[in-house]
Amino acid sequence: MAFISRGFKGKRRDPAASSRLPPGQYLVDGFPVLSAGPTPRADLAQWTFSIEGEVDEPRRWTWEEFRRLPSEKVTVDIHCVTKWSKLDTSWTGVSLDTLLEGVETAADYAMVFSDGGYTTNLPLEDLTGGKAWIAFEYDGRPLDPEHGGPARLLVPHLYFWKSAKWVRGIALQLQDEPGFWESNGYHLYGDPWREQRYWGD
Amino acid sequence: MKLDGNAVAGLLREIFAVEMTLAASTCGGCGAVHPVGRVDVYLNAPGVVLRCPSCEQVLMRIVHGKGRYWLDLAGIRRLEFPDS
Ligand SMILES: [Zn+2]
Repeated sequence: MAFISRGFKGKRRDPAASSRLPPGQYLVDGFPVLSAGPTPRADLAQWTFSIEGEVDEPRRWTWEEFRRLPSEKVTVDIHCVTKWSKLDTSWTGVSLDTLLEGVETAADYAMVFSDGGYTTNLPLEDLTGGKAWIAFEYDGRPLDPEHGGPARLLVPHLYFWKSAKWVRGIALQLQDEPGFWESNGYHLYGDPWREQRYWGD
Repeated sequence: MKLDGNAVAGLLREIFAVEMTLAASTCGGCGAVHPVGRVDVYLNAPGVVLRCPSCEQVLMRIVHGKGRYWLDLAGIRRLEFPDS
């Protein structure tokens, strides 16, 4: 009797890496550029980041003020709903905990908005507790406009469409409302580990 | 007399079977008229996005997944095309 081990013919799998891969995803080495519109070229002298909506008083930082805030280096895995995942991506950004510190709100939800009109919604609690950043560096270099520079939201525990490029602010809301993709078929929450890609998932 | 959508099944089948790239689309934002085949298209995204070449407003968003299409036409005010 011949024993044939198909395992040796298959692709070599790093078990540690595959346990970090949500269902239905595959690994990439590069960093695909996804974009639903033209790449905005921000003028840093005009750039601001705002927290508005259901807040005691709106907050706003200029680029200089934003860059003086304490920042963190984080290394995270990211998962795009188009099925690629990229492990150990390194970013520098300001934690949303820092930006939301002292903000009084009754809101449970947030609508993130960007240059170019892109929006995405998420529960406020997904932005706090060390889970989300406004990132301005990737791999130690200023974030390319193609990847969302000067600054993008980084919320790696949700599908990457939630990590809005060219981010300019967050509107806090009492109710959840669908953003750009969430209003046309994509899941309101988007947890890659529960494979929440589309409506009804 | 009010009927339901089934009464226009044939009409809609005729309309949505046409070659859409030749249709003239009127942008809901700026009113510019462009053939659908000439508007700006972004394919590398979670869905397909068609934008007005004059003002960049989103004309159409198409998401395809789970054996379904989601088609958002909110940015297009009008489509004009010849009958067949
Ligand atoms: Zn237009």
